[in-house]
Amino acid sequence: MTEYILAKYNFWIYVVLMMIGLYAMMGKRNLVKKLIGMNIFQTSIILLFVSAGVKKGGATVPILRHSDYGPEHVEHLIRVADYLNPLPHVLMLTAIVVSIATTGVALATLILIYKRYNTLEEDEIMAIRKDIRSYKTPRILRSKD
Amino acid sequence: MAAPETTNYCAGKKTNYKKTSLKKMIDQLPALIIVAPLLGAFLTPIIGWRYQHLCHPWTLLILTIPLYSAVGALLKVIRSGPFGYNLGGWAPPWGIEYRIDYLSAIMLVLIAAIGLLAAVNARPAGKTEFKGKEAQLYTLFLLQITGLLGIVITGDLFNIFVFLEITSLSGYGLIAHGEEGAPMATFNYIIIGTIGASFYLLGVGYLYMATGSLNIADLATLLPALYHSKIILVGFAFFTTGVAIKMGLFPLHIWMPDAYTTAPNSVSTLIAPLMTKVAAYLLIRILFTLFAPHFALSVIPLATILGWMAMIAIIVGGVKALAQTDIKRMVAYIMVAEVGYIVMGISVMNRAGLTGAILHIINDAWMIFCLFLTIGAISYRGHGREIYHFQNLSKKMPLTMAAFVIAALSMCGIPPACGFFSKWYLIMGMITAKQWIFAATLLCSSLINAVLFFRVIEKAYLAPPESMGHGHEDHEAENIERKDAPLSMMIPIIISALAILLLGLFSGKIIDVVIQHAVPAIF
Repeated sequence: MTEYILAKYNFWIYVVLMMIGLYAMMGKRNLVKKLIGMNIFQTSIILLFVSAGVKKGGATVPILRHSDYGPEHVEHLIRVADYLNPLPHVLMLTAIVVSIATTGVALATLILIYKRYNTLEEDEIMAIRKDIRSYKTPRILRSKD
Repeated sequence: MAAPETTNYCAGKKTNYKKTSLKKMIDQLPALIIVAPLLGAFLTPIIGWRYQHLCHPWTLLILTIPLYSAVGALLKVIRSGPFGYNLGGWAPPWGIEYRIDYLSAIMLVLIAAIGLLAAVNARPAGKTEFKGKEAQLYTLFLLQITGLLGIVITGDLFNIFVFLEITSLSGYGLIAHGEEGAPMATFNYIIIGTIGASFYLLGVGYLYMATGSLNIADLATLLPALYHSKIILVGFAFFTTGVAIKMGLFPLHIWMPDAYTTAPNSVSTLIAPLMTKVAAYLLIRILFTLFAPHFALSVIPLATILGWMAMIAIIVGGVKALAQTDIKRMVAYIMVAEVGYIVMGISVMNRAGLTGAILHIINDAWMIFCLFLTIGAISYRGHGREIYHFQNLSKKMPLTMAAFVIAALSMCGIPPACGFFSKWYLIMGMITAKQWIFAATLLCSSLINAVLFFRVIEKAYLAPPESMGHGHEDHEAENIERKDAPLSMMIPIIISALAILLLGLFSGKIIDVVIQHAVPAIF
C-alpha cells in the first residue's frame, strides 16, 4: 500500500490538495478562507500539470547545442527520453497568470463586500442582507456606525 | 473545396494579381475577429484617460470589425465549407488553430451582433451605473466579447480555457458594479466559476497526458482508440462538469440568478444572453466534435443523465420563476429552464433534437437579450422591476413594452416568433427518441412561460389606470406621461425584437443553409 502511494505520490499530493481546497471553498463560512481554498485548489491543478512533464533519469530541458551534435546531425541524434516535455510547464505559466488575476478580482470584490457590510463572515452578511430586504435599514450596520 | 478556387485563379489573367492580394487579406479575417477587440480593449483606458466621452464611440467602432469579419467568415463557410486559420503560421497539431465550421461561424455572428448592440445600449445606463469609470466599463466590455468570440473560434483546448477565463474575469469585474447584493453574488460566482474553469483545465490535463495533443481535430482522431481508458473517462467527466457549471445547468445553477439579477443593466444585456449560450456551444463541441457522439451514448450513459438533469432544470427553473415578483430575477430563473431546453435537445442525440438545440441557442440568445434590454430600459426610466410596477407601462413606454411582448410571445412559443420553431424541433427530437416525458415537460414549460409572461402583460396592458381612486380618472389617464427609452436603448430593442420575428420567419432557411451542416453527419 505504501509503495502504491509512493509510486504515484505526485497524484496523491494533487488529490489531497484539491480536496483541501474544495473543502475550504464549500465548508468554510469566512470569505477569505474560501478565497484561500480557491487558491489551493488552483495550485493543485498546476502541480498536476507540472508533475506530468517530469521525466526520471536525468532528462533535461530541450535545448540542443550545435557543439554536441554538429548542425547537420541534430535530427538523427536526439533521443526523446533525454528531454523533458516543456509544454505542460508553459501551459501552467498561463494558468498561474489566470489564477493570479482571479485572486486579484476576488480580493477586490472582498474589499467591496467589507466596505458595504463591515464583515467578511458569510452568515453575518446574509443576516444583514435579510435585514436590508425586509426593513430597508439594516440594524447591524446602524449599530456599527 | 479546392476545385472552384483554382478555376477562379485561371479565369482572368489580368485580375489574377488583384484577386490574390484581396484573397490574402480576406484570409486574415479570422485573426481579426479576436485581435481587433483585444487590442481595442487595451487602447480603451488610454483613450479614456483624457477623453472619457470618446470611449463609447471607440468601442462601437472596434466592435464593427469582428461583426464584419464574422459575417465574412460565415459567408465563406456557406460558400466553401469549414476552414482553418493557423495562428502565427504554425501548423495545427502544434500551433494554435482557429477552426471555423458551420456551428462556430453562426455563433461568431451571433456574439458579434449581440455584442455590438449591447454596446450601443450600454451608454445611457452605463453613465449612471459606472459613473466616472466608463473607460473601465468599455475595457471589460471589449474583453468580455473577445473571450466569448475566442471560445467559439479556437480549435485548441487550452486556448479555450484561457478565453473562458478572460470572459469570466471580465464578467466578474462588470457584475460587481451592480446593485446592493452584487459584490456577494460576484464572489459566489468567482468561487463557483473558478471551480468550473479548473475542472475544465483538469479535463484538458487528463486528455493531454493520455494523448499528448491539445488540438481538437487532432484529438478527435487520437481519442477513439483510448475510449475505454479510465484517464479519458475521468477527463470527460471533468469536462462536462466544468462546462455545466459555466452553463448553469440545474444543480450547478446557484450562482446564475443572483449574478444576473444584481448585475448592472448596461452589462447584464451582454453577459446574460451570451455566457450560457457559449458554454452550451462548448458542450456541443465536446460531445460531438472532440468525442464521437456514440461515446456519450454507449461508453458512459451521459446522454441519459444530461436528459434527466435538463428535465429537472426546466421544471425547477419554471417553478422558481413563478415564485419571483422581481421581473429581472424571473427572467434569470427562466434562463435556468432555457439552459435545460438546450441540454435536453443535446441529450436525445438525434438530428431533430440537436437541430433544435442549436437553433434554440441562437433564438434564446436573442429572446433573453430582448428581455434584458427592455427591463434595462424600464429601470432606466425610473420604473421598478416588481410586477406591480408594470401597471399601465404600455401607455408610458409603448414601444419598449411592444418589444417585451414580442420576446414574451417567443418565450411561450407563439408561431411567428422564433421560439416556436426551436421548440418544435426540440419536441420532434424528443418524439423521435421516444422520450415522452421529456416532450411533455417541454410542453408544460411553454405553458408555465405563458403564465409567467401573461401576468406581466396583463398588468401592463389590461390593468385599469393607476388613478382609480381619484375620481377624475379620465383626465389622469390622458396625463400619463409617455416617455419611451432613449434612442441608444431603443435601437437595440427594436433590432432585437425584429430579429426575433425574422429568425422565426427564416428559421427554415437558417436550418437549410447552416444548422443542418453543423449537426454531425452520422445522425
